[in-house]
Amino acid sequence: MTELTPVLSAHWDEKDSFTIEAYKRHDGYKAAKKALAMDPDELIQIVKDSGLRGRGGAGFPTGMKWGFIPQGDNKDHYLVVNADESEPGTCKDMPLLLANPHVLVEGVIIASYAIRAKHAFIYIRGEVTHVVRRLNQAIEDAYKAGYLGKNIFGSGQDLDLVLHVGAGAYICGEETALLDSLEGFRGQPRLRPPFPAIAGLYARPTVVNNVESIASVPAIILKGAQWFQSMGTEKSKGQTLYSLSGHVANPGQFEAPLGITLREILELSGGMRAGHTLKFWTPGGSSTPIFTDEHLDTPLDYEGVAAAGSMLGTKALQIFDETTCIVRAVLRWTEFYKHESCGKCTPCREGTWWLVQILRDLENGQGTEEDLAKLLDLCDNILGRSFCALGDGATSPITSSIKYFRDEYIAHITTGGCPFDPVASTLFETAAK
Amino acid sequence: MFTETDLEVMQSIISRYPRSRSAIMPLLHYVQSKAGYVTNEGIELISELLTIETAEVSAVATFYTQYKRKPVGEYHVGVCTNTLCAVMGGDAILEVLKSHLGIENDGVTSDGKVSLEHIECNAACDYAPVVMANWEFYDNQTVQSAKDLVDGMRKGKPTPPTRGPDSLPTWKENSAVLAGLNDGRANEGIQAGEPTLLGLVIAQSKKGGKKK
Repeated sequence: MTELTPVLSAHWDEKDSFTIEAYKRHDGYKAAKKALAMDPDELIQIVKDSGLRGRGGAGFPTGMKWGFIPQGDNKDHYLVVNADESEPGTCKDMPLLLANPHVLVEGVIIASYAIRAKHAFIYIRGEVTHVVRRLNQAIEDAYKAGYLGKNIFGSGQDLDLVLHVGAGAYICGEETALLDSLEGFRGQPRLRPPFPAIAGLYARPTVVNNVESIASVPAIILKGAQWFQSMGTEKSKGQTLYSLSGHVANPGQFEAPLGITLREILELSGGMRAGHTLKFWTPGGSSTPIFTDEHLDTPLDYEGVAAAGSMLGTKALQIFDETTCIVRAVLRWTEFYKHESCGKCTPCREGTWWLVQILRDLENGQGTEEDLAKLLDLCDNILGRSFCALGDGATSPITSSIKYFRDEYIAHITTGGCPFDPVASTLFETAAK
Repeated sequence: MFTETDLEVMQSIISRYPRSRSAIMPLLHYVQSKAGYVTNEGIELISELLTIETAEVSAVATFYTQYKRKPVGEYHVGVCTNTLCAVMGGDAILEVLKSHLGIENDGVTSDGKVSLEHIECNAACDYAPVVMANWEFYDNQTVQSAKDLVDGMRKGKPTPPTRGPDSLPTWKENSAVLAGLNDGRANEGIQAGEPTLLGLVIAQSKKGGKKK
């Protein structure tokens, strides 16, 4: 049985956990002080050695990303933290920042120093006012304490950190769309190459990292790469936040070594809601192909999930029981992608529109078997042909659900409607029992 | 509409950035904090301050759903109807609120108190079904709690957020926070709800009780 390993979440149960005083009670800002006395290249090497990989979905090695920044080029470098957490099902970074914003600020100090950036930005989604408050206060308090600004820790290093608040666009979680948004434009993705490491914010070398990735850095600096390496699996090192939601007895955040299974998390948390069984789930948000009860023992690390045909993504475990109509669920996700498509490229803009039309017909019992073939054909023309990963993600729930639940799509066609009662899926039904 | 003080605040927002155009988003949030929505006057002002065309400001303002081009209520209610929240009750909550308030999606009540919008995933899935009011969290909602919330808004005494400040700020007040201004309320409210702490509490109980 895999044991839970609270690191980021270790002190979230203290009422004042979000204050600078609470953070300093638990070695807060000691890692930054230690780091700024080291050689920046040494820091990059420690993060490389730790095996830390991006926690925002793609899993790219963090230290390698830092190492791509050209040195001695006499250009400004930038660090941009992606706090635009918007992937459906994903709910780890916002509670992290609400409970402990300082761990991100400290990670920013260390990462900026490592990549020789004097200016850093946190791009946070705009629909979370209280998280914005907490983070803004944390930055203010860090400036007052001398951890940000001029000559931080007396090291001669300067760093300015700006909190930038988004305004409701899922696409801005895509790193190049985020950069366009931060430059003051509509958030639309850029053609790559050049990659942000060469021409990112203001066409300068830029590292874009997820909140959890950067927040993981202070502990690695304090405890060492070996400590981090000792957790997880061969190629997926360290501990991470898994977010359990949906038709379970007890939803919530679980910090565990990479490679824990859904079966283990369900056993720890109390299982499915009483009297119900698992039907389907997402391992890492709605853009990752769905899993079923066949996958309860799939190791939730980058390789294990990929080998089973999906992606670890953001480790957003959205759980649905047997009361949920798969067509309704997939239709709703598809409506989301249609709404959030930025309009830049044709396969995504037009394709998601048609996907919604066909899925609506199917859910209402007005579809045909040819529609299923047409859905798959459309997905084939979107996947890999869109400008960014949004289009790819839009096809995941459709193709994976048809793979596992074709019979249920057919049942909508043959019975001329949706065979499910939506009331049975609600939480109110749970409360009534 | 915009005073000298407003202009000073807007200049200070611009000065946060290495390049002025980056300030367009916080400036739009700031315009909403004063006018309630993105007015033509606000667009013209931002265009002057950043020395870009009004069309460029409009292009940005219309791309992002949080910028409103017409007035919303003093309390703007968002019901999450992305798949997980929808299935667990969000769809039912939205339908009831529409009929209870007598407005459609994107509508405003005639007293100007409450506006309603169905929203996408708001990063609180372990608290589903989720309702947001002026972008503050209302966790684990039911049809009844959501009705009580909007009734309280119309009486000027809304229920406080679940994870947020001690009382619900107005739309304009919160727009100022999104523009990056500190309202001094960061220390209000809880640090975490039960689901956030679930894994930690289980880990502690396995290790033989809570740490000191």
